[in-house]
Amino acid sequence: MDFQMIWFILIAILFIGYFILEGFDFGVGILMPFISKDDTDRRVVINTIGPFWDANEVWLITAGGAMFAAFPHWYATLFSGFYIPLFLMLLALILRAVGFEFRSKMPQPWWRKTFDQFIFWGSLIPAFLWGVAFTNIVQGLPIGADMNFTGNLLHILNPYAFLGGVVVVLIFVLHGALFLSLRTTDGLKERAESIAEFLWVPIAVITALFAILGYWNTVLFEGLGLVPGSFPTLAILSFIACFVFMKLKMQGYAFGFVALTILMGAAVVFYGLFPNVMPSSINEAYHLTVYNASSSDLTLKIMSIVALFFVPIVLAYQGWSYYVFSKRISRDAIPRE
Amino acid sequence: MEVLEIARWQFGITTVYHFFFSPLTMGLAVLTAILHTFYYRTNSEHYKLLTKYFGKLFIIIFALGVVTGIVLEFQFGMAWSNYSRFVGDIFGIPLAIEALLAFFLESTFIAVWLFGWNRLPKGIHLLSIWLVAIGSNLSALWILIANAWMQVPVGYTLNNGRAELSDFIAVMLNEQMLVMVQHTIIAAFVTGGLFMLGISAWQIMRKNQVEIFGKSARIALVFTAVSALLVATTGHKHAQHTVKHQPMKMAAMEGLWETEQPASFSMFALIDQENRTSSREFKLPYMLSVLAYNNTTSEVKGMNDLQKEYEAKYGPGDYLPPVKVVYWSFRLMVGLGMLFIVFAIYGLILWWRDKLEESKTYLKLATIIMFLPLVANSLGWIVAEMGRQPWVVYGLMLTRDGVSPNVTAGEMALTTVVFTLVYGILAAVAVYLIHRFAKPGVPEDSEKMLHAY
Repeated sequence: MDFQMIWFILIAILFIGYFILEGFDFGVGILMPFISKDDTDRRVVINTIGPFWDANEVWLITAGGAMFAAFPHWYATLFSGFYIPLFLMLLALILRAVGFEFRSKMPQPWWRKTFDQFIFWGSLIPAFLWGVAFTNIVQGLPIGADMNFTGNLLHILNPYAFLGGVVVVLIFVLHGALFLSLRTTDGLKERAESIAEFLWVPIAVITALFAILGYWNTVLFEGLGLVPGSFPTLAILSFIACFVFMKLKMQGYAFGFVALTILMGAAVVFYGLFPNVMPSSINEAYHLTVYNASSSDLTLKIMSIVALFFVPIVLAYQGWSYYVFSKRISRDAIPRE
Repeated sequence: MEVLEIARWQFGITTVYHFFFSPLTMGLAVLTAILHTFYYRTNSEHYKLLTKYFGKLFIIIFALGVVTGIVLEFQFGMAWSNYSRFVGDIFGIPLAIEALLAFFLESTFIAVWLFGWNRLPKGIHLLSIWLVAIGSNLSALWILIANAWMQVPVGYTLNNGRAELSDFIAVMLNEQMLVMVQHTIIAAFVTGGLFMLGISAWQIMRKNQVEIFGKSARIALVFTAVSALLVATTGHKHAQHTVKHQPMKMAAMEGLWETEQPASFSMFALIDQENRTSSREFKLPYMLSVLAYNNTTSEVKGMNDLQKEYEAKYGPGDYLPPVKVVYWSFRLMVGLGMLFIVFAIYGLILWWRDKLEESKTYLKLATIIMFLPLVANSLGWIVAEMGRQPWVVYGLMLTRDGVSPNVTAGEMALTTVVFTLVYGILAAVAVYLIHRFAKPGVPEDSEKMLHAY
C-alpha cells in the first residue's frame, strides 16, 4: 500500500463522514417546513441539529483541504470544472447557515418565513448537487490533456446525473426523518416515523433504477459481471435492514443502517473509481489518477502523521458532543416569546 | 474586464469581507472566555450576564465568519486552479491542518458552549469557550503559514512544473509567518477589545446598567491598551522583515522611487506611478531607516533600482505593485494603530482619575472608534497582498498565471456580483441584529435553552 492509496482512502472516509453526518442535517432541513405544525415545531426541528450542523459541515471543509493537499490536480480540476454548481452550493450553504443563526432572532412571521426558505433550499440544493457531481465523476467527464474540464454546464446537468441528485436527496431525507424520530417527542416523533416508513419503498425503487442504469452510464461496473460484488450487496442488505428495524419500531438501528447504506453506497463509488479519481471521457490517457494527481511523497507522509494523531482526537470530542446532546428536545424546551 | 481582473476583484472582495469578521471573532472569543473566567472565579451574577450578553453578539459575528470562510477554501480551486496545481503540495498542508485542528475545535465547542449552559459541569463549560478561543486563533496561525509561504517561499524545490515540499519544518517556522502571526492575532485582540469597549461605552452613555458595563469597559480597556502597544512593536518587527525579504513591497509602502541612505519616512506624497515620480512630498529624515533597520544610518532601496534588479533576475516585465494603494493603505493603517494606542491609554487615565463614566466625549468617541479596527485590519491585508503584486507567490509565480483557464469571464462576473450582493445584504442584517441585541443590555437570566435557534 502506498501513500497515494492511503490518502485516497482517507479522502473517501472524509467524504463519507460528511455525507453521513451532514446527510441527516440536510434531511432535517428539507423536512422542516413539511413536518412542523407551527413555529414551535419548526424551532424544535432546527434545534435537533442545532449543536451539530456546523461541525458536520467541517467534514466537507476538511475533505476539501485534504484533497487540496494530497491531490492538488484532483482539487483543481474538480473545483474549476464544477464552477457554477459549486458556486450554487456555496450560496446555498451560506444562506442555510444564516438561516439557522438568524431565523429565531426576530419574531416577525415574514422574517422567519424568509429564513425558513433559506434553510429548506440551502439543504436541498447542496444535497442534490453532491448527487449530480459524483454521478458526473463516475460517468466520466470531458477532461483534456492539460487536466482541465472542457465541457459546459449542460454537460453536467445531464438526465442521469439529475437522477443521481434525486437519489441523494431522497436518501438524506430518509436519514433526516429517522434522526428526527430519535431527537423529538410529542407529535413530531410520530410524524417523522411515518414519513420515514412512507418514503422507504419509493426510495428503494428509484435507487434501484439509478443503480441498474449505472451499468450503462458509469465506469463503476466496467470489468464486473452481473454479480455486483461486496459493497453493493452490503448497501442493499443494510437498506433492507433499515426497513425491518423501522417496522420493529427500533428507530435507532434503522438510523444506523441508513448511515451504513450511505457508507456502502459511497464505497461503491470510490472503490469503483480507484485508481482513477476523475476519469476522462475523451481519452483514457487523460484520466486523473491517484498517481498523476497527487502531491509529493513527503507531503503525503507528513499529512499521514498529522491525520494519525488528530483524526482520533477529533472523532473523540465530536462523538462526545453527540453524547452530551443526546436527549430528546420537547416543545417545552423552546423559550416562549 | 478580463477573467483575471474579475477573479482578482472577487478574491479581494471575499477575502476582505471575511477579514471583517475573523479578527473580530478571534478577539471576542478571547474576551468572552475572559468574562466567563471572571464569572467562574467570582461566581458574580454580573459577569455571568456579561458573558451571555457578549456571547450572543459574538455568535452573530462568528456565524458570518464561518460562512464566508468556506467560500475562500473553495475559491482557490474554482477561480485559481493553476495556482492550486502549482502550490498544492505545500499550500494545501496548512489548509488541511487548519480544518482538522482548528475548525473542528471551534465548531464543536461553540455548540457545546452555547447549548451547554446549566447542562455541563461548570469547569468543562468554561473550558469549552476557551477551546473556541484557542481554535479560532489557531486557524489564524495555519492560514498565515499558508500565506507566509506566498510572501516568502521556503522549504521547496521546483519539480514537475510545481513547487514541491522539501523541508516541512522550514515551511512551518517560516520567519515571515512568525512576524505576521503576532501582528495579526494581536491586531485581532485590539479589534475585539475596542468592540467590547464601544458597546460598553454606548450602554454607559445611555445610563443603562452602568455598573455592569463599567466592568466590561475596564476589562476591554486594559486588554486593548496592552494589545495596541504590541501591535505597534510587532508591526515594527514585520517592517524590518519585509525590507529584507520583499524590498519592493517596502519601497512601495514608502513611495520610495530612488534608493536613500539614510532613508527618510514619507508622511505625504502625490504619487505618479506612470512617470515614476512623486510630488509635494513631506518627509521625516532618518525615520525610514529606523522603521526598516532600527537605526539611523541604513540604506533603503528604491523602486527604480529594484525594478532593474528584478529585470536582471526574472526577465523583462513590470515588477511594481500598485504603489498608490499600497502607500496610502500603509499610512492609514499606521495612523489608525497610533490612534488606538492613544485612545486606550487616555481611557486608562480617565479610569485612574475615576472619570470614565462621566466623560461623555470619550464614551461617544468609543462608540465610533470601535468600527475603525475593521478598516485598519483590511488595510493591513491590502498592504500585504497588493504589495506582493505582480506575484501571487513571490518570485515564483505571477498572479496572472494562477487563474483558472477554463472559467469564462461571464461566469466569473456572475459569481462576483452575486457574492458581493449577498455579502452586502448579510452585513446589513448582521449590523441590524447586533444593534437590536446589544441595545437592551444584559438579559434576565433564564433556565431555558438560552441560545436556542
